[in-house]
Amino acid sequence: MADYLVQFGLPVWLAYGGVALMQCLILLTIMMFAAATFTWMERKVSGRIQDRLGPTRVGGRFGWLQSPADGIKLLCKEDLMPAQADKILFRLAPYISFCASFCVFLALPFSNGWVAQQLNVAAFFILAIAGLEVFGVITAGYASASKWSLYGAMREAAQVVSYEVPFGICVLIPVMVAGTLDLVAIGNMQQGWGINWMIFHSPFMFVTFFIYLTCAVASTNRAPFDLAEAESELVAGFLTEYSGFRWSVFFMAEYGSMTAVSGLAAILFLGGWHGPIPIADLLGLTYSNHAILGWFGELLGACNFLFKAFLGVTFMMWLRWTLPRLRIDQVMTTCLKYCIPLAAAMFVGVMLWTYALPGGILPRKTPMAAVAEAPAWTTVETPGGDRP
Amino acid sequence: MINWHTLFFLLFAVPTCLFAVAVVASANVVRMAMCLIASLAAVAGLYFLAGADFVGAMQLMIYVGGTLVLLVFGVMLTVQGPSVSLKISSANWLMAGLAGGALLIVLLSAVVGIEAWTSKAVAETAPAVEAGHTVAPLGMGLLGIRVDQLSQQDPTLRRGMSGYLLPFEIVSVHLLVVLIGAAHLARAKRRRTASTPATTAPLNPEP
Repeated sequence: MADYLVQFGLPVWLAYGGVALMQCLILLTIMMFAAATFTWMERKVSGRIQDRLGPTRVGGRFGWLQSPADGIKLLCKEDLMPAQADKILFRLAPYISFCASFCVFLALPFSNGWVAQQLNVAAFFILAIAGLEVFGVITAGYASASKWSLYGAMREAAQVVSYEVPFGICVLIPVMVAGTLDLVAIGNMQQGWGINWMIFHSPFMFVTFFIYLTCAVASTNRAPFDLAEAESELVAGFLTEYSGFRWSVFFMAEYGSMTAVSGLAAILFLGGWHGPIPIADLLGLTYSNHAILGWFGELLGACNFLFKAFLGVTFMMWLRWTLPRLRIDQVMTTCLKYCIPLAAAMFVGVMLWTYALPGGILPRKTPMAAVAEAPAWTTVETPGGDRP
Repeated sequence: MINWHTLFFLLFAVPTCLFAVAVVASANVVRMAMCLIASLAAVAGLYFLAGADFVGAMQLMIYVGGTLVLLVFGVMLTVQGPSVSLKISSANWLMAGLAGGALLIVLLSAVVGIEAWTSKAVAETAPAVEAGHTVAPLGMGLLGIRVDQLSQQDPTLRRGMSGYLLPFEIVSVHLLVVLIGAAHLARAKRRRTASTPATTAPLNPEP
């Protein structure tokens, strides 16, 4: 897009800088909008699940304006800081969480090619960045100089570090089938009818999806894995000493990363921006017909993707208000004794399945066959070809 | 001459150095760890800038997300009071200065010594790096197909350069052995005698 603007005589720095700024703003808007919507939805969903009404007063019948009202309230609240706290780290902690959560969106495609930075290693990049969010929590826990906060932070560290292993394996399985780490390519491979989705690749993949969901819930620190907050045991865990704006930044980060892992699940397992019925293709909304029509097709894809991510977040809320919180040893048992062996077994299962049935039972694209085409690699010239 | 590449390079390189100095200069253990995180993350930024996406993500994954989480975790477990300050004796300063200085001299001599890095002509005429397409060649290299060596004329030479699979497997098996050994050494010892039932409690499931 920046190249497109340069054609019109814009200076290069302005074009690239402007486009970068615009992408950042769009992503930030999406994240903020997600946070606002999901805080409201969390109340409504929890209310319905517990046979209550949820917010009804602010802004009409469904309490539409609850989120802005909350935002104003949080902005006006006094920002307290314990006297013993490590001042710099206490201030820094929410932004570490938020930055990590935001950076995930940089590599997350919303539709075919609609991505801020199309990385060749997008899936891996997202995994790496998502693991950094724990630093914000640990820093907050330490800097608060409160024993509740420290307990929460320690639990979070133990939990997140452990769950990164099965989470990584679960992401690896679709990546192995697709033969690429590029999320745009993985999404495009699942084109066509819903049966082409990665989750229907094999029975093993189907199970993997649910392991992925478990690990995603655990790694975003949501109930029933919200040991770091555990309001019935630790007051509010690492959030105990936070109030006002900094507290809300933590929650924006949490809702942001919930959206991100749901989006990643949608791309890796649920066909990304392809719906169960290829409406865009059937209506002829492709680039081969016209650029504008193709753009509308992409827009439809983005709606598809956002809807799937939204469903994922709703599922997480449903879980939160249905299941009781696990104890820390149960959390660890779930991870080490169930998730990791299951994920590893599914890995082997999918590998054997792909090896035995490279075309799958149903006619579909065979990504593995593409890897076998050795002549394709002769064209790939890597930098640093003079290495010994 | 400052251009955009230089500016972005400085944007990451300067924090790397500043935070690295801050790690040494700071007296608070937790702040040191945080500065180390910032420094290593800025190094990852340099890798991304150089078009080595995989290495950059690896840096974030292993050093920032893996090693340092454990480090911070360990520091938090051992730290006494909200702000522990470390006193470093002058002998330690001397030793560290000698070791660090020697390493710096070696690295600087390497930087200055390599012809290709200093000559401006090469740097400007070098082919544009096709950024971000490093994963597939790396993976194929691991499997024994060196895509960057396919143009090598001599077939015996080409075969000699194939693959990292065996070294990689040796290293990973070695790591696995080390991990199992560490877990074996660190696990709670069960007493043979039944006189102390408290120590025969099941293992703590926390890692």
